[in-house]
Amino acid sequence: MKLPEGVTEPRWIEGAPTLKQVTADIAHPMEGKPGKLWYACFALAVLGLLDLLGMATYLIAKGIGVWGLNNSVGWAFDITNFVFWIGIGHAGTLISAILLLFRQKWRTSINRSAEAMTIFAVMCAGLFPLLHMGRPWNFFFIMPYFPNQHGPLWVNFRSPLVWDVFAISTYFTISLVFWYLGLVPDLATMRDRAAGKIKKLVFGTLSLGWNGSHRTWSRYEVVSLILAGLATPLVLSVHSIVSMDFATSLLPGWHTTIFPPYFVAGAIYSGFGMVMTLLILTRQSMNLQRYITVRHLESMAKVLLLTGSIVSFAYATEFFSAWYGGNIYERYHFLNRATGPYAFGFWLMVLCNALTPQLYWFKRFRTNVALLFVTSILVNIGMWFERFVIIVVSLHRAFLPSGWGMFYPTVVDVGILVGVFGLFFTLFLLFIRFVPMIAMWEVKGVVTDQQHADRAHGGNHG
Amino acid sequence: MANILVATFPQVDDLLRAVRKARSEMFRVYDVFTPFPVHGLDEAMGIRRTRLPKVTLLAGLTGLAAALTLQFYTNVLDWPLNVGGKPDNSTLAFIPISFELTVLFGGLATVAALLLRARLYPGKQVWLPDPGVTDDVFALVLRKPSDDESHQRAVALLKGCGAASVVESEARL
Repeated sequence: MKLPEGVTEPRWIEGAPTLKQVTADIAHPMEGKPGKLWYACFALAVLGLLDLLGMATYLIAKGIGVWGLNNSVGWAFDITNFVFWIGIGHAGTLISAILLLFRQKWRTSINRSAEAMTIFAVMCAGLFPLLHMGRPWNFFFIMPYFPNQHGPLWVNFRSPLVWDVFAISTYFTISLVFWYLGLVPDLATMRDRAAGKIKKLVFGTLSLGWNGSHRTWSRYEVVSLILAGLATPLVLSVHSIVSMDFATSLLPGWHTTIFPPYFVAGAIYSGFGMVMTLLILTRQSMNLQRYITVRHLESMAKVLLLTGSIVSFAYATEFFSAWYGGNIYERYHFLNRATGPYAFGFWLMVLCNALTPQLYWFKRFRTNVALLFVTSILVNIGMWFERFVIIVVSLHRAFLPSGWGMFYPTVVDVGILVGVFGLFFTLFLLFIRFVPMIAMWEVKGVVTDQQHADRAHGGNHG
Repeated sequence: MANILVATFPQVDDLLRAVRKARSEMFRVYDVFTPFPVHGLDEAMGIRRTRLPKVTLLAGLTGLAAALTLQFYTNVLDWPLNVGGKPDNSTLAFIPISFELTVLFGGLATVAALLLRARLYPGKQVWLPDPGVTDDVFALVLRKPSDDESHQRAVALLKGCGAASVVESEARL
């Protein structure tokens, strides 16, 4: 990309490491023993995972009556968590696919871990529809299959819930394939570095005999672009379809055409919040500050500012249409959102999603790692409450006051909410321990470009 | 019997120069091995554009056709079911699934075609011209010229372009 006169591409890798140094630095966490911080996080995450296993077992044994659901509120924490985790995944695809198409170099240090995050987040999300079925062993009823025990009866293809099945399984498959394909050259590097027999065998099998042939690289790059081109509309479609689970109903608060873009922006916002949290943890615990620089964090903060502002604008639009549209049910719903029994959720959401990202207008805040860490967690708290507000507040007071009710979470609701974070972090921590979590080959390309730029300017920034 | 010449380069620019020069002097470039995709090598090596995008298109269209057929067959022909008074053939409602299957088929087929074409599969015996090519070494592999005179010329050319080492080797081409 040609930059205007006097503007230089920022340095995305600090100093001027040699290619050998890059390999050594990135492979280091996988070859040595991880630090205390990693063990502490891992212990906590496994605790959460055990909690999830216990709670899910209890839930499946007893039935979903152990959740706080009732006749008015049939969807609550379960679907809130589902939408939340699917949303988290979206940032990974945005970084790996959309930023690839826009040729943003800053994605190279963070795309691998962001894609891994996507995969783990979609796995967490997929758990909730399964658990919500009550009889998860009959999960295959949601797929069109033949012959089935109902005679030639098929799923209802007009229902967004069935669209979801296709969207999410496609999204998971394509994300996984994209991620794995990106890993192959690095797995080959690990294979050639491996000393132990088992490591050699595992990396050797997984790297598919990769040897860095340029004839393969040439095709590989084209395929990466094609996958990015496919994943970009795919990721937009996934959260649009999730939003249609709500938007195609007639419920006040759900029945609105703004939902698809609003959900996609929210998904990217929450996902970037999660990427930020994870990367700050990773760079501190694995000493990768040179590769995941403050400039990367700053760029992500800018994306958070943009998407956070889009989400805030959507909140305002919803309130405006409720007032301007003149539908009494719609108007009541939004009054109830801001002043009803769940008002704390609404105001928490406004605080975290509309106000917090406004800090990122200032460079001072965008480059303050401690502040970014705290605000990235606030982003995710806010986005979880956004989904809670949309789902529970809409359901608990719909049309007839005789059908109104309240939802109170039970121990199992909260236990599963917490436990899924355990599952997610266990997977992520294992990933940063055993898989090259920065794309070495892509970083090597960026480092070589930087060397060229340095030589052209005659200066040495290192 | 040795049938290739392997030249290793520590610098990417030297490698590019060597590839261009070797081709202009009519030596046959077997392949180049690099730790990351080097831009400009396609032109230097004279590689034609891959036909893989056509696989994507064909597979995507297959996915689209499969999705539309499945939904139309089940909802209109096999077991029409009145849900909320919507028409049996609710084509608009079939679009999301058709899109998803287009992407799924297209993506999977493209990757499968890449692996087939590049002959990458688990358990493949890996052949590296130099142990460092997945780390920091750029290796240019020429087919070994048949006569001694051009062999000497090739070695001199590679050395002149900054090759760190030039060795004869054997490979199943």
